[in-house]
Amino acid sequence: MNNEELKSAILAIQPAATFDESGEFLNVHISSELLLPLMLELRNNKDFYFDYLFCETCIDWKDHLMMVYHLTSKSLKHTLVVKGKISNRDNAEIESVAGIWKTAEFMEREVYELFGVKFLNHPDLRKLILDDYWTGYPLRKDYSDPVNLIEY
Amino acid sequence: MDVKEIKQDPFPGLVEPTDDGAILVTKLDDVINWARSNSLWPLYFGTSCCAIEMMQTGASRHDWSRFGFEVARATPRQADLIIIAGTIVIKMAPVLKRLYDQMPDPKYVIAMGACAISGGPFYYNTYSVVKGADHIIPVDIYIPGCPPRPEALLHGMISLQEKIKHTHNGQQKRA
Amino acid sequence: MELENATEGQDDLIINVGPQHPSTHGVLHIKLKVNGETITDVEPHLGYIHRSIEKMCESHTYRQFIYTTSRMDYLSAHINNQACALAVEKGLQVEVPARAKAIRILMAELTRLASHQLWWGCTGLDLGAVTPFFHAFREREMINDIMEKTCGARLTMNYAVPGGVMADLHPDFVKDVKAFLAEFKGKFHEYDELLTGNIIFEERVKGIGYISKEDAISFGCTGPVARASGVSCDIRKLHPYDGYENLQFEEIIRTEGDCYGRYLARMDEMKQSMYIIEQLIDNIPEGDYQAKTKALIKLPKGEFYQRVETARGEFGVYIVSEGATTPYRIKFRSPGFSNLSALKHMVVGGKIADLVAVMAMLDLVIPDIDR
Repeated sequence: MNNEELKSAILAIQPAATFDESGEFLNVHISSELLLPLMLELRNNKDFYFDYLFCETCIDWKDHLMMVYHLTSKSLKHTLVVKGKISNRDNAEIESVAGIWKTAEFMEREVYELFGVKFLNHPDLRKLILDDYWTGYPLRKDYSDPVNLIEY
Repeated sequence: MDVKEIKQDPFPGLVEPTDDGAILVTKLDDVINWARSNSLWPLYFGTSCCAIEMMQTGASRHDWSRFGFEVARATPRQADLIIIAGTIVIKMAPVLKRLYDQMPDPKYVIAMGACAISGGPFYYNTYSVVKGADHIIPVDIYIPGCPPRPEALLHGMISLQEKIKHTHNGQQKRA
Repeated sequence: MELENATEGQDDLIINVGPQHPSTHGVLHIKLKVNGETITDVEPHLGYIHRSIEKMCESHTYRQFIYTTSRMDYLSAHINNQACALAVEKGLQVEVPARAKAIRILMAELTRLASHQLWWGCTGLDLGAVTPFFHAFREREMINDIMEKTCGARLTMNYAVPGGVMADLHPDFVKDVKAFLAEFKGKFHEYDELLTGNIIFEERVKGIGYISKEDAISFGCTGPVARASGVSCDIRKLHPYDGYENLQFEEIIRTEGDCYGRYLARMDEMKQSMYIIEQLIDNIPEGDYQAKTKALIKLPKGEFYQRVETARGEFGVYIVSEGATTPYRIKFRSPGFSNLSALKHMVVGGKIADLVAVMAMLDLVIPDIDR
């Protein structure tokens, strides 16, 4: 499917979705509560069939966090970026997609400890990279470490 | 080109041949140091890029067994030299300390590359890098480079041999 | 699945492999739960070389941050640099001169050859054969010499910069590469004789660490690991960059899905890399080696994603720019991280010795996984 077809097909499933086409890929913006049903549809619907999640990460936009999922379909050869907005920074929560794409399990564990996003229904949400006693979320913009980091 | 001749150190002492063997006159320290310095057993310890250059040093072209280092051990209990090849991060620091503690005395440490010396390229704005392995364990020889060439590592190891040869009872001689 | 609480009243034993263990190729820590010799659970623990590169890049300019990537996957250093340069070029919309593109591909394929040679030697070492190590490094040194003549560094090259490459080729480059190709082709049969047909080696890897095509896609496996399971994932073919679309080469796809398939895929990839180099080495275009870019690069506001094929698989650079001289956020999608997540799937039910074979064939580079 090309971008226009993807847009209309996604709007048919989730009317609340907004789109951004300024970049290389088609971006879909959605709030974190509505993410999981859309993702299930994107993976299982034969017209989308996004079977390959090649990048999952988070961006800290200072007033909110944003999960970014780069999806592509191996058979249908289309690519889509889904962005889930998490408004509550202090208690960031989003549904896990580890049940849909197995690679998300490790990527979400990484995001969990570096950004402090809690993934609901994740099979094994523990620290992966940092020490067990580490406090703070280093990749957030407000992370402060007066010994090692230079303030701007 | 003026090439300096590299002399292999002869046995430190006087050997007097007799009819059935030989009489040896030497200092115990010298013999021990001679033996120690020529059979250093390094530990397989590489964390990042420098480990590849360490492997190159052990491989075909550079061949560190020419100088007696080839018995690289995978367990610290059989090694007496640890070459810190790569960055040490905060999570790795206790592991490095434990490996060092497990090695039998006398033991020697080489910090290979900029990361092991000072944190190197990861000095600024990193929250997880130890700024120099000498914050954790004492270091005998520092080898600069990112990563150092195999020749530099060989030079560092030969310098360590020189250092060992000038120790007294396991303690370094005072100048 | 809490390994800490799993000992009581059960026959399972917990074994820690690493963080200092020669077969983990670095400082990977793996907690194994074994019943006798059989692995019942695997839990990788990362972070023993987590150098906070993504945080660090946020304070580096677009020219400076490239050097950190050559220390991530140090065996594909040039290809990582190329990915970053391409991502920045995508934002700047700079047209790279044809000569620079050709040089980048030549160096990338030489890097891939060097990486696979090292993998081949270390695989032998892991599985109990010491001789391959010396054979592999004999030819690898020739590549290192070429790299050193070209850009001054043997391993961490930093040769690709936004707009092209840092310096022009050494006058001896063509001669050296041809000499290397002749030497390596003449000795490639030794590689096959030492490991490929060796019955001891085959017994260790055939049928070990199987992963199906669907699982390989779901786990995000890329590179030779996925291609051995029949997944077409070569970025050079799917999303060509720097002129790979004009070159003749095959994407190696096998159907075994086990360690032996991965081994054969990499061996064939080496031949394809040599073939690519042969096509280009006599046809390097004349002209500039670098397009003119500003000394202090400012990317426009937006997001730029670039993927390349490293020796391990798909490497992605995701730059989020706010229009400043430094990136707002950088994410590196490393191939090893996703390949490692499939480790549990591959080894559970196998023997402890199989773990070593599987890890050798995944070709893990730990700083690439931890970043």
